[in-house]
Amino acid sequence: MYVAVKGGERAIESAHRLLAAERRGDPEVPELTLAQIEQQLALAVDRVMTEGSLYDRELAALAVKQSRGDLIEAIFLLRAYRTTLPRLGTSLPLDTDRMVVERRISAIFKDLPGGQILGPTFDYTHRLLDFGLASVRTDGPPAPPTRREIAEAPERLPRVVDLLDREGLIEGETPDRGGHVGDLTREPLTFPAGRDVRLQNLARGDEGFLLAMGYATQRGYGRNHPFAGEIRLGEVAVELAPEELGFAVEIATIAVTECQMVNQFKGSATTPPQFTRGYGLVFGGAERKAMAMALVDRALRCRDLGEEPASPTQDEEFVLSHSDNVEASGFVQHLKLPHYVDFQSELVLVRDLRAGQGAKAPR
Amino acid sequence: MSYNFAYLDEQTKRMIRRAILKAVAVPGYQVPFGSREMPLSYGWGTGGVQVTASVIGPTDVLKVIDQGADDTTNAVSIRHFFARTTGVATTTRTDEATLIQTRHRIPETPLRPGQIVVFQVPIPEPLRWLEPREVETRKMHALEEYGVMYVRLYEDITRHGRVAQTYEYPVIVNGRYLMRPSPIPKFDNPKLDRCPALLLFGAGREKRIYAVPPWTSVKSLDFDDHPFEVEHWDRPCGLCGARGVFLDELIVDDKGGRLFICSDTDHCVRRQAAGSGPEGLA
Repeated sequence: MYVAVKGGERAIESAHRLLAAERRGDPEVPELTLAQIEQQLALAVDRVMTEGSLYDRELAALAVKQSRGDLIEAIFLLRAYRTTLPRLGTSLPLDTDRMVVERRISAIFKDLPGGQILGPTFDYTHRLLDFGLASVRTDGPPAPPTRREIAEAPERLPRVVDLLDREGLIEGETPDRGGHVGDLTREPLTFPAGRDVRLQNLARGDEGFLLAMGYATQRGYGRNHPFAGEIRLGEVAVELAPEELGFAVEIATIAVTECQMVNQFKGSATTPPQFTRGYGLVFGGAERKAMAMALVDRALRCRDLGEEPASPTQDEEFVLSHSDNVEASGFVQHLKLPHYVDFQSELVLVRDLRAGQGAKAPR
Repeated sequence: MSYNFAYLDEQTKRMIRRAILKAVAVPGYQVPFGSREMPLSYGWGTGGVQVTASVIGPTDVLKVIDQGADDTTNAVSIRHFFARTTGVATTTRTDEATLIQTRHRIPETPLRPGQIVVFQVPIPEPLRWLEPREVETRKMHALEEYGVMYVRLYEDITRHGRVAQTYEYPVIVNGRYLMRPSPIPKFDNPKLDRCPALLLFGAGREKRIYAVPPWTSVKSLDFDDHPFEVEHWDRPCGLCGARGVFLDELIVDDKGGRLFICSDTDHCVRRQAAGSGPEGLA
């Protein structure tokens, strides 16, 4: 007689062992080290840190290794670790003016104070497979450009949008309300969401989802006429001002990419025409994500700016509820868990309905 | 590195217990809570696990079921998680358990006072398929505006001659809030009504907790001329001969052969141990 599948316990244990062996792969091939991942798969590490909401290159590299390169799984691992960490304080807002810039470009002015700094970018590479990389080089690592070849960035590099701001051509930035900053990882998302929470949601959001949403705005679904006002990548200081000290202490430097979109706005009866802002900020060099985030941020600001929302990209509840890939991945994949009780209920109903219509009864 | 008892830190447990207290005070109302990222996937019962972690104590006896069974992979996995992080005793026996975490079923063995059942909930909002927006559905609950749900059930009756909702069948709790009883089959709905146990519902991804306190009225929506009915099978369990229980259907060969057996494995095994067998054999 057929016996229902038992031994879930043994199956799980075997699955774990199999997974560990598959993860390691052919033992003849040397095992990856975290340093290799952190250094040579740096952009994977950046993405995992950004969407995992935790700046720790080593742990992110570990997550990439453990997840066999499945970055959403790696993000999940990092999040599940992050959730156990205590909150010691809230840092001061990052001052990206004082960024040690590695890359800084503006698409709206040919030249500007501080200049254009291309930095390490794929942008103008020809996407030809470099067969030279196929084998380990024996002639030493590629030499970086010398100091003289790299433009020297000034210590303080004014942001392009601030230059526009001085002329009143762009809307003023939403003033810092001070005090409480929302935290989605502690409090549930409610609607309408404040911009702080919205930006946090987008920063943690799935790169692919935001890319598609941002792209959709460019194709007319919530179009907002964007210009890449400025993109900058570099290291910034994180400062904390403990109450008992009364002054700020630098606790770390982190690499971030910031994107300021400058978007058209026709003005209204009360506001003269001026440009508006979309903002993106990510850890490391996740530039594509920063740009997509800025587009979506601007689309979601439609209500603040008195625009009639007409597309999903401008629908706060639609975008913010579906941007998180750990949530989405879980719920999509939970369909593979057993559902035979619900399905049995449906079977009973469908058979009854069919019998009622004179269809052939089950054997 | 070691984790706290039941994995969650005490601050988080306190936050969740506050949400649970509110949920118990307003039966059927969905309380938003600061759901945490758990070390198991969303959709696998993160809400239920957080609720269980917040109420479990060292003297509890835990039972975990999925689809009514103690030995399905996810039930095994969650039971291990708590055995490892709390060291509490676990059981498969419904009558021995003080705390039962479940996905998709309520045990056949009647629950008793003092027990807590924790349901894993994927979508807590009963109005979600009728109105996707949270902003709107919250308003509808506040105004007790549930007409659309009756219309939906009525449409089924005009189309099929009956309500074609088989699981997560909507209920009114304590005469006030419309509630989605997690995706249990409607077969289990009557067990919710005036249940002696405390029923807690946790939705992790959707960040909601709701509750049905002991002895609370839970009414499945229906019409005077179309009263609520549960599924029934015209055959008994193929292993223990039980009737009037929820049966799983197994396909046993490629010629359309079927075997119907209890979905509640504990109930079935205990009946067999007591000498019950398939009808006509025992």
